[in-house]
Amino acid sequence: MTAVQDAVGRPPRAVVGSEIDVDERIFGAAFDGQVVRRFAAFVRPYAKRLTLAMAAVLVFTLTQLAIPLIIREAIDGALLADAPSRSLLAVLTLGFVAVVAVNFAANYLQLTIVGRAAEHVLFDMRRAMYAHLQRVSLSFMDKTQVGRLMSRLQGDVNALQEFLETSVFAIGDLVLLVGIVTVLLVLDWKLGLLTLSVVPALFAVRIVWLPRARKAFLRARETSSLVNGALAESINGVRTVQGMSREGVNFQLFNDRAFENLQSHLRASRFAQIMVPTVDTLTGAAMGIVVIVGGNLVLNGSLDLGVMVAFMFYIQRFFDPIRSLTMQYSVMQRAMASGQRVFEVLDVPVDIRDKPGARALTDADGSVEFRDVTFGYAAGQPVLKNVSFRVESGETVALVGPTGSGKTSTMSLVHRFYDVWSGSVRVGGEDVRDVSQDSLGRTVSMVLQEPFLFSGTVLENIRYRETDASRETVEQAARTVGAHGFIMRLPKGYDAILEQRASNLSLGQRQLLSFARAIVADAKILVLDEATASIDSYTERQIQRALKHLLKGRTALVIAHRLATIRGADRIIVLRDGEVAETGNHKSLLAENGLYARLYAMNYASFDDMTKDDLNGSR
Amino acid sequence: MALRYRWRLAIAVPATVVAASLQVLIPRFLGKSVDEAQGFLAGGSPASAASAAETQAVLLTTALLLVVVATCRGLFTLLHNYQGEAIGQSIAYELRLAYYDKLQRLGFGFHDQVHSGDLIARGMLDIEGVRSFIDQGVLRVIVLVLLLAIGSSRLLSMDFTLGLLALSFVPFVGWRATVARLLLRRTWLKLQKRMSLLTRVMEENLGGIRVVRAFMAQDHEMKKFDTASDAARKLADRRIGIRFRNTSMMTLAYFLAMALVLWVGGLKVLGGVISVGQLTEFLAFMAILQAPVRQVGMIVNAIARASTSGGRLFEILDLEPTIQEKPGAPSLENTAGMLTFEHVDFGYGEGAQARQVLFDISFTVGRGQTLGIVGPPGSGKSTILQLIPRYYDVTGGRITIDGRDIREVTLESLRRAAVVVQQDPFLFTAAIENNVAYGDPWADRYRIAGATEAAQLHRYIEQMPMGYQSLVGERGVSLSGGQRQRLTIARSVLLSPAIIAFDDSTASVDAATEQRIRAAMGERSQAQTTVIVAHRLSSLMHANEILFLDEGKIIERGDHASLLAQRGRYYDLYRLQMSGAEVAVDPPAAYGAKVS
Repeated sequence: MTAVQDAVGRPPRAVVGSEIDVDERIFGAAFDGQVVRRFAAFVRPYAKRLTLAMAAVLVFTLTQLAIPLIIREAIDGALLADAPSRSLLAVLTLGFVAVVAVNFAANYLQLTIVGRAAEHVLFDMRRAMYAHLQRVSLSFMDKTQVGRLMSRLQGDVNALQEFLETSVFAIGDLVLLVGIVTVLLVLDWKLGLLTLSVVPALFAVRIVWLPRARKAFLRARETSSLVNGALAESINGVRTVQGMSREGVNFQLFNDRAFENLQSHLRASRFAQIMVPTVDTLTGAAMGIVVIVGGNLVLNGSLDLGVMVAFMFYIQRFFDPIRSLTMQYSVMQRAMASGQRVFEVLDVPVDIRDKPGARALTDADGSVEFRDVTFGYAAGQPVLKNVSFRVESGETVALVGPTGSGKTSTMSLVHRFYDVWSGSVRVGGEDVRDVSQDSLGRTVSMVLQEPFLFSGTVLENIRYRETDASRETVEQAARTVGAHGFIMRLPKGYDAILEQRASNLSLGQRQLLSFARAIVADAKILVLDEATASIDSYTERQIQRALKHLLKGRTALVIAHRLATIRGADRIIVLRDGEVAETGNHKSLLAENGLYARLYAMNYASFDDMTKDDLNGSR
Repeated sequence: MALRYRWRLAIAVPATVVAASLQVLIPRFLGKSVDEAQGFLAGGSPASAASAAETQAVLLTTALLLVVVATCRGLFTLLHNYQGEAIGQSIAYELRLAYYDKLQRLGFGFHDQVHSGDLIARGMLDIEGVRSFIDQGVLRVIVLVLLLAIGSSRLLSMDFTLGLLALSFVPFVGWRATVARLLLRRTWLKLQKRMSLLTRVMEENLGGIRVVRAFMAQDHEMKKFDTASDAARKLADRRIGIRFRNTSMMTLAYFLAMALVLWVGGLKVLGGVISVGQLTEFLAFMAILQAPVRQVGMIVNAIARASTSGGRLFEILDLEPTIQEKPGAPSLENTAGMLTFEHVDFGYGEGAQARQVLFDISFTVGRGQTLGIVGPPGSGKSTILQLIPRYYDVTGGRITIDGRDIREVTLESLRRAAVVVQQDPFLFTAAIENNVAYGDPWADRYRIAGATEAAQLHRYIEQMPMGYQSLVGERGVSLSGGQRQRLTIARSVLLSPAIIAFDDSTASVDAATEQRIRAAMGERSQAQTTVIVAHRLSSLMHANEILFLDEGKIIERGDHASLLAQRGRYYDLYRLQMSGAEVAVDPPAAYGAKVS
């Protein structure tokens, strides 16, 4: 259906945005007890306020109901009575004013309290999710895209806010509906019943209408998220788009998406608007009934004229609550689907937590030991098998091995990003599961391969962990890694603002900053995942120099890719398929003529990209 | 813009007028029926059968008219609502296209400075804000004004004083609406800023979650979140306060006007000036206004939001791309690939922010030749490459291809001729083959496979369960850094550009694979001009000329042998790399064919 094609009419191998963004369900069941119960826990803190709001809603509804009644009294009691009474009219007018004043107060209260409470519940839920995400296991974060989490943190909580807000007002609508029916029947039950006979017709129409309309509304939402996804993708990849001159093709593809979006919204609008004349016709019919039947009753003398007028007022208001109540149904469906996603996040187990009474790791000696460690991410697929080794305090150990040999897992375990399946990881002689995570974090510092920096100044980034570190400390750290020079060349030096993902710095400079950050954190044990190649030789020379300073008096476990680093280590542990294959230093390992010697002879810059053949074959 | 929807407006506006006129008829019929019934009662106690039948007949006609009028009103309302929404949606559609087009055209300089999340938020929320402004703001205001105008002419002609009283709330509502609009506009502006900040905090935290964990910085991150979140919440509270305070005040004014009508109208009925039916008509008309008056608050909110949204959108739409084609520029066809930099200077930013990064760069490289560029980080190596396809314009000197200034030819032809293989590969969430064929979506299978073979990726892709259909990118299978780089190489190779520039794009590819890539590209590079920026000297020491860059200046130049002979910075670097890793001390024979 795409209009984009080449001279011979073939479509391109191209899309903008991706259909899989849509697989998140938008509507769920209208009622999900589990979701409502969980949601209630977030509403509870606002229970008192919401009760007050509910009371305000009731009062508001009652005043709405009272107004036609006052008019009725005025007509029948003051104007058309046998003895027309000016003073009764005055009293009724004053009553009207009083009711209106109460109506104002109740209206203001219900709107602000509900609006604010719903807003606060939204912020609370977002905070709860965000706080939970700070603690959940990293394996969950590994598999989940940031974009998806963001849509939960923003879109889904909004749906729940809307649900809370409309629920309270829906109760008001319900009361208004019941109130109007009651008043009509009390005023004159025969006329009341006749007038209400149009209601079943409305329900019948809506039952036929709803499923079709919902499909149209759903499609409209889907196409919106498709078009937004396509826009986001093109913004994120704009450099590639321009570099590859894809603007023209992309624009046409985007146009297709946007046009489909337009069409589906217009279709949804047709469905929504068809209800307008339906409701108007039924209202007209109800009024017609009042005019004919009510009029005749007045003629008979069996109905007061004021009652007929009151009926007219009620009928004009009557369909509003029915309309909003049927709309409430899809709000609920949306909320249930969103709620499930929100609580799904909140239910991700936090499997790494402090034991009750976990000790602080204070006077640890800086040794790291793996005792018979077996670990994996998926059941039945261990990544590390019975790994044992010990790094003495102050020693530098290089971990080497091909991709998938378990180096990164080993490093993650030292910091207890995950818990082992069996065996134990010991830092300073203590099992990492017995000490508090906070103290572990102060003892072990990590430098990750990908130098992730946050928006903010250079200063803030370097003292990321030690937020109260002084400027001098920060500068000292920057000097140690040789970052001071380029920082001073930035427009505002240490107060220069880093752009998103620090894109105003080169990869090498970002790496240097992440080193400085580790230095300021000043931990006894340093776990370092060496960048495969992002650091150029200059920076690397500085880093090698800085590392020597940094490692002095520290224990270091380094995932090493560069021979320089590997050769500089006190000891080398060679991992293969999750097991320790060899241990020794550069010379002794070469002499052993095993895996390390083979890797070395391959002349690889890093051991990561080795193929199975390389590993198994002799040279 | 709205002029383009002339026929939709031609339907919507008269439909609104008709609907409003019909709406005003309804209270009139109601009043009439009340008068009929009451007139009969007052007409005399001996109710003659004839007059009763007459009255009944009038009631019946009135009832039928009511149904017909109500139905017609509904139909005309449908018409104007639908056309109105269609206008809103169509404007949103056009804005969306314009915005998309503009963002694709705005150059690297713009995208360097603006947060992508912010651009996405504008494209999603602000376009929606403008649309709902047309739909909920403009159209509802028109309905309300028409209803008031038509209704008041009827009311004033019936009874001038009473009509004035019935409308007395209008100026108050207008005043409150203006005040609320101004206040809300200010709050919306701030709120939108705060929300983007909050989004950024969350996005960064989740993206950098490993760093957060590694430094046990959860508490610090929560504090950052709370600061941003609380600030936003305070504004949200304020917005709710302003909005609903005014909404309820407007309703109050409306009801008080109704009380006045009841009082004065009642007195007039008592004085015999008007009938009960006329009073009913007054009150019924006011009842019709209740819903629109309540909506004024919503309208004001939509207008306030839209004016800030519109401002944010047009801020982008009004920008002129800094990289512009000359009118009538010819395209660059069949180039010989002779690339020349003549005394090129370049700096980022303007005015006080300006920062010069390149000084007096000159070189020439031709077809079949390779230029290598090395230097410390921040020395301007990548920048040189970004200038070739005009991602940025030079600030001094000029760049020519085949002797023609690149500012004199069309951008598209220039970028077809000169392709930079970027350092940070971006993959689109799509099939691998779509990603490889990104620059030429009509490339056939063989060309795609040829490109991936050259990039040493073909075998790997074939092993994947879905082969070339495998989904990659943010939502697809994850590729290693080296594989991503090879995919970007394949993407560029597919285009067979006259000039190909590698921006350290084999950094994550191991040396052996890099050698194979170079061997595979050997034949192609005969017909191409190649520029290589690399940190690993083995990647570029076969080049015909190597520039050594420091702080934006060329400080050494020559081929590998002559640079070694100079015993300068290049020599130092070479020594450093060779002592660290004893890789490729002698360039293997497979290194790209040298052409002198």
